[in-house]
Amino acid sequence: MGAIQRTSDPSTALDAHWLRGLLAIQNKTIMRHVISLLIENEAGALSRVSGLFSARGYNIESLTVAPTEDASLSRMTIVTSGSDDVVEQITKQLNKLVEVVKVVDLSESAHIERELMLVKVRATGKDREEMKRMADIFRGRIIDVTDTSYVIELTGNQAKLDSFVGAIDAGLILETVRSGICGVGRGDRVLKV
Amino acid sequence: MVMTGAEIVIRCLQEEKVDYLFGYPGGAVLYIYDELFKQDKVRHVLVRHEQAAIHAADGYARSTEKVGVALVTSGPGATNAVTGIATAFCDSIPMVVISGQVPSAAIGQDAFQEVDTVGITRPCVKHNFLVRDVRDIAPTIKKAFYLAKTGRPGPVLVDIPKDITAQKCEFEYPQTVSIRSYSPVVKGHQGQIKKALQLLLEARRPMIYTGGGVVLGDAADKLTALARKLGFPCTNTLMGLGGYPATDPQFVGMLGMHGNYEANMGMHYCDVLLAVGARFDDRVIGSPDHFASEPRKIIHIDIDPSSISKRVKVDVPIVGDVGEVLGELLAQLEATSERPHQESLASWWKQIDEWRRRDCLKFTQGEGLIKPQYVIQKLWEVTAGEAFVTSDVGQHQMWAAQYYKFDKPRRWVNSGGLGTMGFGLPAAMGVQLAHPGSPVACVTGEGSIQMNIQELSTCKQFRLPIKVILLNNGYLGMVRQWQELFHGNRYSESYMDALPDFPKLAAAYGHVGLRVDKPGDVEGALREAFKQKNDLVFLDFQVDATENVYPMVQGGKGLTDMILSAEDL
Ligand SMILES: Cc1cc2nc3c(=O)[nH]c(=O)nc-3n(C[C@H](O)[C@H](O)[C@H](O)COP(=O)(O)OP(=O)(O)OC[C@H]3O[C@@H](n4cnc5c(N)ncnc54)[C@H](O)[C@@H]3O)c2cc1C
Ligand SMILES: Cc1ncc(C[n+]2csc(CCOP(=O)(O)OP(=O)(O)O)c2C)c(N)n1
Ligand SMILES: [Mg+2]
Repeated sequence: MGAIQRTSDPSTALDAHWLRGLLAIQNKTIMRHVISLLIENEAGALSRVSGLFSARGYNIESLTVAPTEDASLSRMTIVTSGSDDVVEQITKQLNKLVEVVKVVDLSESAHIERELMLVKVRATGKDREEMKRMADIFRGRIIDVTDTSYVIELTGNQAKLDSFVGAIDAGLILETVRSGICGVGRGDRVLKV
Repeated sequence: MVMTGAEIVIRCLQEEKVDYLFGYPGGAVLYIYDELFKQDKVRHVLVRHEQAAIHAADGYARSTEKVGVALVTSGPGATNAVTGIATAFCDSIPMVVISGQVPSAAIGQDAFQEVDTVGITRPCVKHNFLVRDVRDIAPTIKKAFYLAKTGRPGPVLVDIPKDITAQKCEFEYPQTVSIRSYSPVVKGHQGQIKKALQLLLEARRPMIYTGGGVVLGDAADKLTALARKLGFPCTNTLMGLGGYPATDPQFVGMLGMHGNYEANMGMHYCDVLLAVGARFDDRVIGSPDHFASEPRKIIHIDIDPSSISKRVKVDVPIVGDVGEVLGELLAQLEATSERPHQESLASWWKQIDEWRRRDCLKFTQGEGLIKPQYVIQKLWEVTAGEAFVTSDVGQHQMWAAQYYKFDKPRRWVNSGGLGTMGFGLPAAMGVQLAHPGSPVACVTGEGSIQMNIQELSTCKQFRLPIKVILLNNGYLGMVRQWQELFHGNRYSESYMDALPDFPKLAAAYGHVGLRVDKPGDVEGALREAFKQKNDLVFLDFQVDATENVYPMVQGGKGLTDMILSAEDL
């Protein structure tokens, strides 16, 4: 976030194009953020969150949600992108929802992201052995086997899953399903009520 | 004691000391209406359209420190209420709306008069609930009132399926509420307040800019004390009018799109800005880029963190209740002997006075047509500035804001955020019920008044002696003004043909109606009207249709880029 030079002379300060250009640079770099939150596990809570994103035009790349060890609370991980200003508003607006208990932007510090992917691939002839090999290389597991197909289970961060999909022959992929990201802060950072 | 859900609803309202409930019956709320019938603590006001019930509850809330309460049936009752709820939401008005819902078992079956009320209203309420168990009614209503009035206020809706109002359970009204996920900050951060005071003391060209938050937070006295102690100029947003006395010499008027020249110039060229309960709306600062082009330090006090640094970057954010924070600022100011730099302040005032001399609100009332501004000026004189004034939306709203000088908070009741035509008359009903015996004027346009004119009937039933001040320009004036200025005088659908004879219409509803078309008759008509303590008087002022609202900052332009009068075009 570089500071911008501003002039106090109104006659030169009003060069709107020049200024807009500078403002566009400042705080306007779009970054990916992983936001994690605890929310009351109540009917309609999810739609309050998703409604907030659509109503305010925020991006959602993925959203995962499930109850926590305390069944009255759900934990949600939202992957979004935006400038610093936008992401600041996102966290503030999320905090404002009455049912939201806590919000953290995991990407502010060290954290771990994991996603689960299931890939159903055609596995016949020589491809059968090749698929097994690729699954092994990526530390995937074959969890369903038929004469003609495998279902491969893979977990990792987004990049790993992407590269697996890139590494196998696209023509052999029958379907893929991804869970969206779960995230957790490293070390002592804990999101708890 | 064991009670039905419907009885519990009414008992809860009694516990909350609700004196007026604005509503309209229907199938899903029949049990509740039955219980209303059996008691006389909560008085029900039967409106003629659910939108009006919400606006009336809203007007009631805005003019008091209380929560407005409304009751509507399922389906069309709830959808009719939506505009009202959104209006209250956009202006942060504390309100509880109870809506009936189809029986629990019918939910999701496309039942008669079923709509997903909680879903439809979700984006325009502070929070809403669907009650699924009779035992939840009391705690839910308790929470609803608590949420509505604490933190940043707002409307809360409680949707209750019909079967639940017939079921029974033990009633006990909770004495306290605690919601683990909700704890608005009240006290401001001491260190931040200290920093703020330091900035204020170092200011050379200070400006205090305050909004609806000062009114909602009942902090007008503290604001006034602080501004006077510092000797700083003060401007109010449309929603903040009355937060600082308009007749005080330190008041520079409203700012924004139709703000005063001196207020907008001061706002733009100040070096330290104290923003209090105001949210840098697009109608207030114009283009944020242009606003940012002038360096200044900004202190922003707001109870809602999401209002801070939303549209404008702030240097000293203070999250907290205005009353608390201003109180602390005052205390810290009193504890120090430091005072603002008097010489700089004097030359800043000199500059402001120079801007003031442009006299941006001047107009001339000739012999011919009545100027709308003149009517408001006379309204102010005749009521000695003491009236409660509600308004609809359009040019008349801006003139009311500019020419009626509000010295006290909660006297000016209008829809700023949503800009809802049809708000004025029903809002005036709520105000009049809250303040029996006080003068209440509804400033309106011939377009707006027709959006809820049916409420003249409610006014008759409840003997509300409101004074309707119709500035009849025969046009959707605000639209016509934009078309004149920005669409080459093509008055597409902004002319209202076939207007009713309003005085006769008022008479048909059982009120007094009068047409005024000569400037010389304006004051007399107003005096006469306000003498009628028991009657609603509908004054149809035939005003100059060509008049425009100035100053004006065009959408997207900078605050200093004002059209001051027709000669500027
Ligand atoms: C035709 C038309 C023209 C308009 N032209 C203008 C114009 O020229 N000038 C103008 O100003 N407006 C104008 N408006 C209104 C404008 O659209 C906004 O509604 C208004 O400017 C917002 O006012 P505000 O900033 O005071 O915010 P409000 O909407 O009143 O918000 C209040 C703020 O205070 C905070 N708050 C609430 N309670 C507390 C508390 N207890 N403690 C601390 N903070 C609190 C809230 O969180 C919020 O941020 C116009 C509207 C219409 C319909
Ligand atoms: C419900 C609604 N519909 C449309 C608008 C857009 N609008 C804003 S001002 C205005 C004209 C209002 O006309 P009138 O009530 O006669 O007031 P005037 O501007 O003439 O004083 C319109 C149509 C609105 N604000 N609200
Ligand atoms: Mg009109």
